[in-house]
Amino acid sequence: MRTELNVNGQLHVLDVEPRKTLVDCLREDLRLVGAHTGCEHGVCGACTVIVDGTPVRSCLMFAVQAEGSEIITIEGVAPAPGELSILQDAFCETHGMQCGFCTPGMILAAHALLRDNLEPTREDIVEAISGNICRCTGYDQIVEAISLAARRMRGRNMPDGVPA
Amino acid sequence: MSAAKGKFRYISSDRRVLEDRRFVVGKGNFVADIVRPNMKHVAVVFSPHPAARIVNIDASEALKMAGVHYVLTGDELAAATQPMPNGMPTPEVKRYPLAVGQARYVGEWVVAVVADTRALAEDAAEKVKVEYEPLPFVVDGKEAFKKESPPVHPAHGSNILLDKTFVWGDVEGDFAASPRKLSFSQKWGRSSTVPIETFGVIAEWDAWREVLDVWASIQMPKYADQIATAMRLPMNAVRVHQDVDVGGSYGVKRGIKQTVLVCYLSKKLNVPVRLIEDRLDNMRGGDAHGPERNFDVELAFDDNGIIRSMKMDALDNVGAYAGRSPFQLGKPIGAIVGPYKIKSVQYRAMAVTSNKTVQEAVRAFGQSPTNYTIERALDEVAWALNLDRLEVRRRNFIQPHEFPYLIPSGTSYDSGNYPGLVDKVVKQVDLDALYAERDRLRAEGLLAGVGIASCLEPSGGNSAFEPLLNRQNKTTTWMDSCRIAVDALGTVTATMHTTSAGQGHETLVATVVGEALEIDPEKIRISRAHTLDVMPSNSPVGSRMAIMLGGAAFHAANKLKRKMMTIAAHDLGVPLEDLVWDEGTMTSKKNPEQKRTWNEVVLIAHRHFYRMPEDMEPGLTAQHVMQVPNGGKLPTDDDRIQMYPCFSFEFHVVLMSIDPDIGKPVFRRYMIGHDCGTVINPKIVHGMTIGGIAHGIGAALLEEFAYDDEGQLLTQSFMDYLLPSAHEVPKIETVHQVTPSPLTVFGQKGSGESGYLGAPAVISSAVNDALHPLGIKMNSLPLKITKLGDAIAEARAKAGKEMKQ
Amino acid sequence: MKPAAFDYIRAESAAHASALLVEDENGRIIAGGQTLVPMLAMRLARPSRLIDIARIPELSYIRDESETISIGATTRQVLVEKSALIAQKLPLLHKAIEWVGHPPTRARGTVGGSLANSDPAAEIALVAATLGATLRYVDETGENSIEVDDYFIGPMITTLPQTACLIGADFPKWGEPHVGTGFEEVNARSSDFAFVSAASQVAFDADGKCTRAVLGIGGLGDFPFRADVDAVKDRIENEAALREAIGLAIEDIEPLSDLHATGEYRRRVAVTLACRSLLNAVREAKGFAHAN
Ligand code: FES
Ligand code: FES
Repeated sequence: MRTELNVNGQLHVLDVEPRKTLVDCLREDLRLVGAHTGCEHGVCGACTVIVDGTPVRSCLMFAVQAEGSEIITIEGVAPAPGELSILQDAFCETHGMQCGFCTPGMILAAHALLRDNLEPTREDIVEAISGNICRCTGYDQIVEAISLAARRMRGRNMPDGVPA
Repeated sequence: MSAAKGKFRYISSDRRVLEDRRFVVGKGNFVADIVRPNMKHVAVVFSPHPAARIVNIDASEALKMAGVHYVLTGDELAAATQPMPNGMPTPEVKRYPLAVGQARYVGEWVVAVVADTRALAEDAAEKVKVEYEPLPFVVDGKEAFKKESPPVHPAHGSNILLDKTFVWGDVEGDFAASPRKLSFSQKWGRSSTVPIETFGVIAEWDAWREVLDVWASIQMPKYADQIATAMRLPMNAVRVHQDVDVGGSYGVKRGIKQTVLVCYLSKKLNVPVRLIEDRLDNMRGGDAHGPERNFDVELAFDDNGIIRSMKMDALDNVGAYAGRSPFQLGKPIGAIVGPYKIKSVQYRAMAVTSNKTVQEAVRAFGQSPTNYTIERALDEVAWALNLDRLEVRRRNFIQPHEFPYLIPSGTSYDSGNYPGLVDKVVKQVDLDALYAERDRLRAEGLLAGVGIASCLEPSGGNSAFEPLLNRQNKTTTWMDSCRIAVDALGTVTATMHTTSAGQGHETLVATVVGEALEIDPEKIRISRAHTLDVMPSNSPVGSRMAIMLGGAAFHAANKLKRKMMTIAAHDLGVPLEDLVWDEGTMTSKKNPEQKRTWNEVVLIAHRHFYRMPEDMEPGLTAQHVMQVPNGGKLPTDDDRIQMYPCFSFEFHVVLMSIDPDIGKPVFRRYMIGHDCGTVINPKIVHGMTIGGIAHGIGAALLEEFAYDDEGQLLTQSFMDYLLPSAHEVPKIETVHQVTPSPLTVFGQKGSGESGYLGAPAVISSAVNDALHPLGIKMNSLPLKITKLGDAIAEARAKAGKEMKQ
Repeated sequence: MKPAAFDYIRAESAAHASALLVEDENGRIIAGGQTLVPMLAMRLARPSRLIDIARIPELSYIRDESETISIGATTRQVLVEKSALIAQKLPLLHKAIEWVGHPPTRARGTVGGSLANSDPAAEIALVAATLGATLRYVDETGENSIEVDDYFIGPMITTLPQTACLIGADFPKWGEPHVGTGFEEVNARSSDFAFVSAASQVAFDADGKCTRAVLGIGGLGDFPFRADVDAVKDRIENEAALREAIGLAIEDIEPLSDLHATGEYRRRVAVTLACRSLLNAVREAKGFAHAN
């Protein structure tokens, strides 16, 4: 089925089977492999991408349903090759990961939180990432990364539109 | 040679982890990210029966479907490959990637289908008709142990894979001489590490080069060896790519059956073949469950709470095939008395087959269940004597001056300061205040309990349990390696020889090499060689990499340094001893004008052969293969053996409360004191420890591979097998202590299993303290809400009745 | 874990969706997909065609009608969560919604989807049952409605006609001067479905007399239901009386029993939660006097 997908600001015209989930389409057809699949039934959050401004599970959506939506994947977050966003850098600073498998989903969930709330409490952060399972870290350094990023973003002096 | 203790340049400093940069931008190299040209996909047909004879397989309809290339049965595969290694002297317990003749658990893989896409393969798998004849089955471990239980492998004759009683010391004498005795039983439920990435593997046979390339999400010693053996190929025809990032493992990523399956299919079909388990494949048939263990314990102790002797029976329900799991009863022998001075021990290790999914190595390789039981023993003694639980531990602790300390089963503990760390935690948490808080919560009508657990993490993994449990096995070599090269332009590349699953091995090697050579670790390139370019490694198991890979990297770096200094000394015409190394510049002590810089020596080594010392190889490479410290011996005739060399220590204190009407346990405070010797990277150690606790919380409260009486696995998906989310892991406070190991280059010990070793024990301790006023105890994990709630309700009803009477 | 093949079509309107269902009885409506897609992935559902109603603009709304708050079927749960109107006029739903899944599933999940799938432990369904919502749908005969009491009939089974497309739900507003709500649930992890849950709403008149009290219980039986507590409204602050009344009200329910919770557990805890939710509602009504 002919489908147009707007991913990270680029328009792609694809022919996809209706049964293909958005995550499979991103990974296989667009080779954007930063979104991972951990369960394919909506529990782990490894497949999280941002659709029309909110983090969603791309394994619970079919690619054909995403036509007309704005999709942002982890590949669309870094400002330039070799350059990290404030949030990504904060994850590196606190080592908010180990194996890195949950990390793209985690960062996108946090990305959406910080867009709306630059002064998140620990509870806000925990709630925002509660749909993303990390088996490695026990979440401590992830929470720390997100609050560090919030702190840095509060203090930053940058023109609007610079990605978090 | 060991490094000067005390002052480090990079070791122990709070540096970033090199691997992280690629992960935060989604540029990891996970197996599912790898695409090979013309790659085909596998889906499996699984057994719906716990035990059944396979009467007939009809794949005709599936084979007719467009895009379907092959349907493979167990018979064909078994004829073409060797059975998978068993480890135990039980030759009739044969295991193949696909069931042969008989299916032995629900979820066992029976048929594999190859198609253009995974979706098509699943469509076709539905069309494969398998006719079964159900057979009697057994799911419970204690039942399976009975003679009359239906044997999972009829040719083996019974379900018993292992039943061995060890006696270390005068157990009967100590029991007879002890004024007090008690016994208890408890059960560790079946859970596992369940990484978020399932297991996946791609195989690609190149018939012209006769090379089998393998990309896999693997964490296993001797993987290439096992592939070659199973596939009947020379080992140098197998090339495992170790630069694949593994999305979590914690022990279980050892998919040899999956690998043999795709290797065979790739060779047969002459195309790259990939199998990425989906979550259901993984949970029911990925053969990655963890220990499920019944304990029966007897203790002999005196009126002061000094434990003199312990008898422990451990019966593990390993599932349908042996795999590595019986050995998970063997490893805890190396710390069978925990941090305590128990003089004599009787240990009966029993492993039985049952019609459940196969086990795999799980974080700590059986030690966490054992720790859960040792800690329960200490609590029981305290309760029996009405003594403080911590006081009983203090009285039994091995004291700092007693190291190295030889435990009855033959292992020497390297170093430790248990009371020291306990004191620090007690002060930090303010234990008296914590008890006061517990009592305040109780006064409010809640059940509340303080949990205490002091546990060891044996580290520096070897396989000493193998020759101990299987005398035919005489393997005592257990090594790791590192190679370092300085190229013609002077930059440094260090090569490691195993995969990595989030433990930060690249950072480890860079930090150690940087430390030794006094150069910025970030400037060092780390490469993960494939197995045709390989030095020996026994891979990251048994909390060993800081010790072993760190050790190998340190020794290789020192060899390199020595070579550079030898070249410089020769070129300067001064004795080697006269040179000092300062950040890569080699200067004469006598005449500081006389020096050679790093780049000058690189130039000599790579281009100016005429300036080289005689008989020295040109170029700048060095390598080191390291054997596990203290290991290498076979067990004695009376079953004593040095297991792992180094022993980290952790002390957990928690306060939990339970609303008695609901039964849900809630953390109020969680503190861990942790001592793993010299810490190489604090961020990594912190993460592993907190992550280990989170995993332990899952095992203690939420996670279970639960079966019904029909042998059906009830928890196959993430909707029913419950991993802790950020809500379920409380804020955890940490306290550090450094007691260096005398056996390692920087004094480091392992920490890859930390947290997990004590969390289930401490949670159980807290819950039982909370239940104490009701006069009940919980004797199994996980402590699910409904189990607690129903037990509390029953106890209250009983108490209510008694009050009325 | 890939779904079996299906066709996909975007419906232009609810009537169109219904017509498509008439045309092919194996078709199935998808809105947010948070319940349906896992079932598709595991091949527990195998529709021939998915009829996507998520983008029908007129099905997403939250409206203040004279007697009710009316919510469109495809209204995302996150919009309910953030709606000031809901917080003010439908406080029970406001309280319940944060228990529904977690942020990413609330971002896609819809109010109608939750009602249509009718999981025994679903929170939105429980609120609908508690307050006595009316469900509106379109089928080949035109626009119709069902009272919630006639709607849920089994675990994931409703009386919604096979060819119907749910278009919205109307939740009654309470006009009394002092209204309080309570919502309680027990689950293993906070984002999971409840083992058992309870929702209450009570109203007090200006003299401090309880004039109305409703209680709903989820997770206990095959579907969420309203338990009659009207008889004890005069003794609504008397815990023993409440417990007794609730115990009686659920006496005939055969409790669900599964891996997560025994039937015994559910029955016992249902009483506790029901009681707590009612007492919380009373406290709220009397305390800060939620005024309409
Ligand atoms: S893969 Fe989508 S939630 Fe797990
Ligand atoms: S970093 Fe491994 S799962 Fe989160």
